[in-house]
Amino acid sequence: MKLDLRHTAGSVALLAAMLGLWWLASHLGWMNRAFLPTPEAAFGALGDGFTGGSLGSDTLATVGRMLLGWGLASLCGVVLGALIGSSEAARRWLQPTLEFMRPLPASALMPLAIALFGLSAGMVLAVVAFGAMWPVLLATVHGFGALHGRLREVGRALQLSRRAFVAQVGLPHAMPDILAGMRLSMTISLIVSVVGEMLASQPGLGQAILLAARSYQASELFAGVMLLGGIGFASNAALAAAEAHLLRWQRR
Amino acid sequence: MTDRWQGPVLPTVLLAGLEVFARTAGQHSDALAPPSAALRALMGAVADGSLLAATGFTLGSAALGLLVGGLAGLALGTVLGLWRQAASVSFLTIEVLRPIPSVALIPLAMLIFGFGVTMETSVVAFATVWPVLVLAQAAVRQIEPRLLEVSAALQLKPRDRFLKIVLPAVLPRLFVALRLGVAIALMVAVTVEIAANPYGIGYALMLSQQSLNPALMLAWLLWIGALGLGINAAAGALQQGLARRMGAWP
Repeated sequence: MKLDLRHTAGSVALLAAMLGLWWLASHLGWMNRAFLPTPEAAFGALGDGFTGGSLGSDTLATVGRMLLGWGLASLCGVVLGALIGSSEAARRWLQPTLEFMRPLPASALMPLAIALFGLSAGMVLAVVAFGAMWPVLLATVHGFGALHGRLREVGRALQLSRRAFVAQVGLPHAMPDILAGMRLSMTISLIVSVVGEMLASQPGLGQAILLAARSYQASELFAGVMLLGGIGFASNAALAAAEAHLLRWQRR
Repeated sequence: MTDRWQGPVLPTVLLAGLEVFARTAGQHSDALAPPSAALRALMGAVADGSLLAATGFTLGSAALGLLVGGLAGLALGTVLGLWRQAASVSFLTIEVLRPIPSVALIPLAMLIFGFGVTMETSVVAFATVWPVLVLAQAAVRQIEPRLLEVSAALQLKPRDRFLKIVLPAVLPRLFVALRLGVAIALMVAVTVEIAANPYGIGYALMLSQQSLNPALMLAWLLWIGALGLGINAAAGALQQGLARRMGAWP
């Protein structure tokens, strides 16, 4: 995407126009003020929440939960995926079961996890990690599965041990798939973290916005939603940058 | 994959293990039940009609949300794909709205619409509009430029230009978007029901946990898994069948 000055100015102008529309809609009462706060009230609530309220600690709690769950998911997903993907037999035995798990919504495991572990922070983290593991796991298995037969022959000819083969040939080859899986997994981590906070009353933005909605504090609700959007934006941008850096060999 | 008999072995072993465990050591568990009891609970839900009602609600809301979100995404994506200036101007606004996690809108939808179909549909629509928009925009951009020149030379009206040139050219790719949209819509609908909306299969699952009925809970969980698998497989088959018929890439 070429970002010359005129287009950047146009982009900003449209965003400003949208904010202006929001301002008009809330001030002229096109929508009930109970649902749609004025922009200044929403941004005020955002500021107040950080200086006097608990928005700062809520944000940290949600981001921490998301990152920890994502880290665990990525680690388990890559290790298990490499183990399964590097063995023809393991793929045959396990892949159908793994594919069955893919369309299951991660949040559907929340009731089972509540029954097993109770309403605790550990329970939420477990569901986040488990739910976010599937994209990475399946992407890793797929990346290993797509490995060219010649590369396996080269590995055998060089008498690489299985571990060396995985580390030096398999993982670099599967890296584009793994990174794409990890990006999806970050999105799932954020979603499941928020759902978990809503259901299990764990401190975080999920609980904050649910409480704000229940007490009809629309401006605080908007502040929380804006923060969650910010988290999603920042994590996605960071991963896209990391991906571009790690895969720079691909574009040559 | 040459032979496929290995696939079902692991699930069978796991289910048998759970059956044995739940009948012996875990007899008084609130979380686990023998799969045979879960199957009986599922039959019970079929018999009393609750399965059909809950499934109908969830699938209906998901489909309606996908329809709204998909059509909006298709319309916006087509416009942005054909008109580069509009795409670069709206880039920032889209990038600000798109990363908002759909579940963050559950409380807002609850506040505006209360509980029910509208609330769930609106969250599903928000979740599906972005992927469809992005894929539609990419698909329209990759239309052979000469086709668009032809439509300009023939002086087609915008409606004919869309129906006769753009739509047939992007159809195979739109079905890829539809397939992704189906998966997202189902996941989001179930999540909305688990988190807030007291209807549908997600709520039935949540309720069975809260009433400490592990057999029924496992039954709903299995049903959600089977439903997801079946619907995603159907969407995939539809997409691939269409791609083959139109001679495009699979």
